[in-house]
Amino acid sequence: MLDSADHSDRIAEILEAHQHLEGPLLPILHAVQAAFGHVPQSVLPQIAKALNLSKAEVHGVVTFYHDFREAPAGRHVLKLCRAEACQAMGADRVAGAVKAALGIDWHETTPDGRVTLEPVFCLGLCACGPAAMVDGRLIGRCDVSVVEEVAV
Amino acid sequence: MKVYVPLDSAAVALGADAVATAILTEAARRGVEVEVIRNGSRGMVWLEPLVEVLTEAGRMGIGPMTVADVPALFGSAARHPKALGLVDELPWMRGQTRLTFARVGVVDPLSLDDYRAHGGLAGLDRAKAMSKAEIVAEVTASGLRGRGGAGFPTGIKWKTVSEAPGDRKYIVCNADEGDSATFADRMLMEGDPFTLIEGMAIAGLACGATKGFVYIRSEYPVAIRVMEAAVVIARSAGILGPQFDMEIRVGAGAYVCGEETSLLNSLEGKRGIVRAKPPLPALEGFMGKPTVVNNVISLASIPVILAKGAAFYQNFGHGKSRGTIPLQIAGNVARGGLYECAFGLTLGEIVDGIAGGTATGRPVKAVQVGGPLGAYHPRKDFNTPFGYEDFAGQGGLIGHAGLTVFDDSADMLAQARFAMEFCAIESCGKCTPCRIGAVRGTETIDRIARGDADAIPLLTDLCNTMKSGSLCALGGFTPYPVMSALTHFPDDFAPAREAAE
Repeated sequence: MLDSADHSDRIAEILEAHQHLEGPLLPILHAVQAAFGHVPQSVLPQIAKALNLSKAEVHGVVTFYHDFREAPAGRHVLKLCRAEACQAMGADRVAGAVKAALGIDWHETTPDGRVTLEPVFCLGLCACGPAAMVDGRLIGRCDVSVVEEVAV
Repeated sequence: MKVYVPLDSAAVALGADAVATAILTEAARRGVEVEVIRNGSRGMVWLEPLVEVLTEAGRMGIGPMTVADVPALFGSAARHPKALGLVDELPWMRGQTRLTFARVGVVDPLSLDDYRAHGGLAGLDRAKAMSKAEIVAEVTASGLRGRGGAGFPTGIKWKTVSEAPGDRKYIVCNADEGDSATFADRMLMEGDPFTLIEGMAIAGLACGATKGFVYIRSEYPVAIRVMEAAVVIARSAGILGPQFDMEIRVGAGAYVCGEETSLLNSLEGKRGIVRAKPPLPALEGFMGKPTVVNNVISLASIPVILAKGAAFYQNFGHGKSRGTIPLQIAGNVARGGLYECAFGLTLGEIVDGIAGGTATGRPVKAVQVGGPLGAYHPRKDFNTPFGYEDFAGQGGLIGHAGLTVFDDSADMLAQARFAMEFCAIESCGKCTPCRIGAVRGTETIDRIARGDADAIPLLTDLCNTMKSGSLCALGGFTPYPVMSALTHFPDDFAPAREAAE
């Protein structure tokens, strides 16, 4: 759990950097996730207190958005587009092969903690699908060989 | 030697970064001085990475480039095995009317000098000499309608905000381009960010707003980076400042935040739940203040309207759809990408002509127009001209002008099911027809797939409920893809039923 003084200090820095914004909660949560790899439950009271919100309100925001994770992801995050333009180019087939190759389903992480597989609905690469994103890097016209990108 | 290598996401996804690095490495090895400019994309995605070399005759296009093709660049560009000809002379470019996208792919996206040299800031300069009412009147006269999909006249929206009482007003740019088959916002932000900034600054003048936000989806890392850099440059050049300043905000993966009231809640740091209207955001928007919420393309079309006049822009188009529209041609197509032209081309001219049919070479079965909430059109709709009213008349919509082409291997029952599944995943949960309807819709389509014919009228009834009872377009328009699939492709809903009988 992230409850050490270090983490509390880091959260305080993030709050300090963003609190002046109009509607600062999303930028704060993005910064927390960038710093810790996820948004730990343990930091919510500190954020709530600083923004004069209830812990439930902050929890509600965190859980509304697909991007924010409550637990750390695998070492790699592989996102495959599931939207229509990629479907038209065989995205469902690619996704099935990737799931089989990794032995996991959507939103799961391989037992060795190597890779988390997530669906994404559109990367704006609709004329060169199927599209994928590996640790933030974009890949067009991908096939099952995309698993090699997350092999190590 | 001056070389252009796109920084556009599509080019990068197809290897542009590696090509750019290889060009620099090869140049160093040969001792050749080379200037690599990372431009936006020209929109010919099937040719990406499309590298351009500046020659005496003009910019020679070479693509699709791989690292292995790099050494040959250092000979005569025109004789490169992948040379395509001068980019401006290619049929895809010559057929277009590029008003909003005039500079995309042409300029260095983060060079303000380049922007000025290509006509940038002329619109803002003209607007500064006009009254608020005059700017609003110019935009109204241009006939510009919301390019996000709703098609509401931009000038009317601005007039409401401009005349609304308020100590503080906002311009919010909706860059939460979540519809599959759409990437015009992304390409514009990556390839010509100052156009959007100029459009927002003009909106600020017209409405008396002092603050602007661009809400960009997190799935667009390149667009976020370019826009953030452009805002810093524009601020240091005095284009942005105390009179009107801007901030880039990043979404968090919720499709529904492309709906304007949901976007405003998200921007305020809340769950992206849809708000009931009224009150209109124009009167009570961000933080309860009068707010313009416009799509990227709407705002990015403002500079050319101000620079060249409303009549110039209004002169293009068809019926009540005035000006140009950046078509985004996607899915299973031979030639996919962005093609800006006046409204009025028929669906067939776009799909069979410009796009050249499918990538697989098989017959086109269906074209989904307007993203995941748009209808699936069969070939019999191919004579429909591209315009707001024309597609509404065919039981569809043009949305944000994305077209997804499917070949004859597509299973339309599966596409209908996906539409319901997507709605269930992305529903904000506020209204019942969307929250519950989408889940029941998925189940009902599964019943049809299992051969239960009684489920078809049930699905039709459910779609009517969702259409008339949902609070926003997510639940309200999901019936478009579902019902169009059922209506136009009944065979895909029938075999299982017949088998069961």
